[in-house]
Amino acid sequence: MERLLLSGNEAVARGARDVGVARGVGYPGTPSSEILEVFHRLGGAAAWAPNEKVAAEVALGVAFARARALVTMKHVGLNVAADVLFTSAYSGVDGALVLAVADDPGLASSQNEQDTRRYAVAAGVPLLEPSDSQEAYDFTRLAFELSERWHVPVILRLTTRICHSSTVVCCDAPAVPPPAPVFVRNIPQRVMVPGHARAAHQRLRQKLSELAAWNEVSGPNRRWPGSSELGIIASGVAVQYAREAAPDAAIFQVGLSHPLPIQAIRDFVASVSRAVVIEENDPCMADAIRAAGLTIDSAPAMYRQGELTVGRVRRILAGDASAEPVPAARRPPQLCQGCPHRRVFEILKKHDCIVAGDIGCYTLAALPPLSAMDIQICMGASIGVGLGLRHVLPREQAMRVVSVIGDSTFVHSGLTGLAEMAYNVPDTGHVLLILDNATTAMTGRQQHPGTGYRLDQTPTNRLDYVALARAMNIANVAQFDPVRETDALEQALVEALQKAELTVLVARRPCILIPAGKS
Amino acid sequence: MMIDSVTNFRIVGLGGMGVLTASQIVAQVFFRQGYAVKKAEVHGMSQRGASVCSDVRVGPQVWSPTIPAGEVGYLVLLDPQERPLYEAELRPQAVVLEPAMIEKARLPHSRALNVAMLGVLSRHFQIPGAAWLEVIREVFPPRLHAANEAAFLAGCDSP
Ligand SMILES: Cc1ncc(C[n+]2csc(CCOP(=O)(O)OP(=O)(O)O)c2C)c(N)n1
Ligand code: SF4
Repeated sequence: MERLLLSGNEAVARGARDVGVARGVGYPGTPSSEILEVFHRLGGAAAWAPNEKVAAEVALGVAFARARALVTMKHVGLNVAADVLFTSAYSGVDGALVLAVADDPGLASSQNEQDTRRYAVAAGVPLLEPSDSQEAYDFTRLAFELSERWHVPVILRLTTRICHSSTVVCCDAPAVPPPAPVFVRNIPQRVMVPGHARAAHQRLRQKLSELAAWNEVSGPNRRWPGSSELGIIASGVAVQYAREAAPDAAIFQVGLSHPLPIQAIRDFVASVSRAVVIEENDPCMADAIRAAGLTIDSAPAMYRQGELTVGRVRRILAGDASAEPVPAARRPPQLCQGCPHRRVFEILKKHDCIVAGDIGCYTLAALPPLSAMDIQICMGASIGVGLGLRHVLPREQAMRVVSVIGDSTFVHSGLTGLAEMAYNVPDTGHVLLILDNATTAMTGRQQHPGTGYRLDQTPTNRLDYVALARAMNIANVAQFDPVRETDALEQALVEALQKAELTVLVARRPCILIPAGKS
Repeated sequence: MMIDSVTNFRIVGLGGMGVLTASQIVAQVFFRQGYAVKKAEVHGMSQRGASVCSDVRVGPQVWSPTIPAGEVGYLVLLDPQERPLYEAELRPQAVVLEPAMIEKARLPHSRALNVAMLGVLSRHFQIPGAAWLEVIREVFPPRLHAANEAAFLAGCDSP
């Protein structure tokens, strides 16, 4: 057995390789991005999709062909892929479909703290929660086994601490490879019209009750003996904090937290005088355990925000809801010196634009000293939100509204926004700026359909934003290098702001961190 | 010295200084000595200039990947200005290492400061220098070997 020091992401990639994943597909997003990159380095077939929904669809196709498919994304990616998740839970899969979804409690690099475990309950799919890299490896393999055995998509819920912490891992021998992919027609199971979906829903509920029974007896849950005074029920990295904070406590580690092994938890709760649920993010387990009629303690509401730590777990166990010390301010990130985005925002600031922005490195332009972005919500929202503002603002303000979107974000979810712009044109027209820095810079410089290269760095088709905007019948379309042609870009923007027409401007210059010769 | 309880290292600096590379080296060196090792870090935006910090915990058995408050045993600062952020996190007898400990003239390149600081750190443990250099050579591409080996040795010899 190989003994390795691996991050959770590396462990998931190895697990996927060792279980014979036929294709890994995803969209980058901290903290999940390295999984596919490592899977590729280990020899796996890995690809970046334009967004998480497409990634999940491609993976579903792979799984319909009886092969094993991995999808990776950050938590908010599942919002985009949710449509696929909910109905693929009904259709089920023939091979295996595993979604590795990385939550970000504490918002190290995200726009919210949503809890993926809610999706598992809502969609009705099993969810595994590893507590270190060893389990990230083991549970990845287990996720594929469960998916194949019950023909259901499985979520592997990671968190920032699991993804980016390195711990010791012993890897097992590679799994028996699956049979060769083949298409076998099964219309009632894969065409989700109401008549078929009713039966499919029933099948899903049946699978879940079988899984729950299996989880009670054979699930990846673990009981650590300890004092009968205090018992802790925990999942994910919270297990590690609990072990350290309360070394004498008895611990019930929940590995498969949906469907919950409620009978095993009932027995555990009965075996201790006080049972406390410790979990990161939402009180998912605590609510479910209480709903089953058990008496437990859980964290005061304040601990729902932010990451847990050993210190916070000690406070939870002590029932301490007093104010926590405010952590010292760290130096915030900034746009690199020489970043091509800078020039664009200096122009927008100079002309007092109302900037409906988007997510990427360029979001840093919202912070001082630039303070040149007014809105940022979720990927792609810049276009729709900018249009909404244009539709109702008084003319003087409406004429100053500009939507600004990065290239990767534009491909991810700006295309439909652009169609809306071309379709429901505000009276004042609109201006869209696409910041084409030839990469997905924010998450570590991944390729995307606008760069002309795939994940494995081989060349492929490149999406042409100018041609695309023209194809959507946008009246004014132009492209500039924001550093070499700053003045021309500024002039084009000023003109666009003065006419009540549609304009798309592409600011094209590579991120300075892309190695020379690339892009 | 053999480590019989958990020893906690925190390496801090700003983006672009090589904090994560340094913590990777520390973790690998102790891992190869047979210890349980956990390393925690937060990646994020690729932009430069933000505070970066990475924890390495080493011992016979390690639970939390992050160091509990007040338990940092070795604080390695790549930027001395970051010190106030971590003062409250130190154990009473903590060792704090700062760039001023390195003889400037012996540093082959300012970017090798991270590895030089590991040379200073290595003096607190009875792990042969060769074990450190082996990991350093694996972590860097061959063209950077000479500079980083020299930096490590400069740290080892620091006054
Ligand atoms: C649904 C969703 N998926 C992924 C992310 C993570 N993420 C944020 S911005 C971004 C792309 C940034 O690339 P781009 O728009 O090209 O801007 P750049 O960083 O290159 O300036 C990604 C992947 C997210 N916030 N939401
Ligand atoms: S990484 Fe690239 S896009 Fe991001 S701030 Fe630096 S230069 Fe700009």
